[in-house]
Amino acid sequence: MIVLSKEKFPIEKEQDVILFRNRIKELATRTGMSLVNQTKLMTAASELVRNMLRYAGGGVTLLEIVSRSSIPGVRLTFIDEGPGIKDVHQAMKDGFSTGKSLGLGLPGAKRLVNEFDIKSEPGKGTTVTIIRWKNGL
Amino acid sequence: MGPFLLVTIQVDLYDRLALTLESDLINMVSKTEAKGVLIDISAVSIVDSFMGRILGNIASMSKIMDAATVVVGMQPAVAITLVELGLTLSGVHTALDVEQGMELLRNKIGHPDTHEEGLYDSII
Repeated sequence: MIVLSKEKFPIEKEQDVILFRNRIKELATRTGMSLVNQTKLMTAASELVRNMLRYAGGGVTLLEIVSRSSIPGVRLTFIDEGPGIKDVHQAMKDGFSTGKSLGLGLPGAKRLVNEFDIKSEPGKGTTVTIIRWKNGL
Repeated sequence: MGPFLLVTIQVDLYDRLALTLESDLINMVSKTEAKGVLIDISAVSIVDSFMGRILGNIASMSKIMDAATVVVGMQPAVAITLVELGLTLSGVHTALDVEQGMELLRNKIGHPDTHEEGLYDSII
């Protein structure tokens, strides 16, 4: 996988989410991604960034345009230093929430992207990486 | 017979703004004794689980206040994404555009001639 562009986007407050989503849209448009796939990527990002704000008080995101076998895509990484997730397996299940949300955030975000990776260590933080390929189903 | 409330959301909302919309709207339903609420989301480019929950809440709360809610104008890409996300917006009535939404509301409350002057328009 080749990284074609890379930038950092800190998330500190709710209002940052709007600018963050707009930036993702710009990058996704640059890869030639369809509107439906752009919308899926932005929605997944919105869920993950909300988790960062709610459970870790914010964090840093990386926005990259990547390419694999000449197919471009957008890779987003969400890094926080929050409390971490005790049971990642459970957190990935539909309807599970420690807050009062619908519990669709993590599993829903996973369904909306082509690649999804989560690493979490209690007391240290959580890192989630997602990729949406231009032509990914 | 109360009027309809028409709410046009013209920007993407962050969570606190969506919560404000929820409470403002319910207050307006009470104040105006509206029998129907039309929420136009044609300019909204994403609806995530939070925004979806807010739309559901508005529908449930309005129902308790004796008003029907119709969400209109959802972009196709948003609809596709919502279902894949796992949100079906059950309990929320939808229509393709404002006109059809009005028609649906009129049928729901069984009142065929709601006049324009009875329409409160609020733009966010």
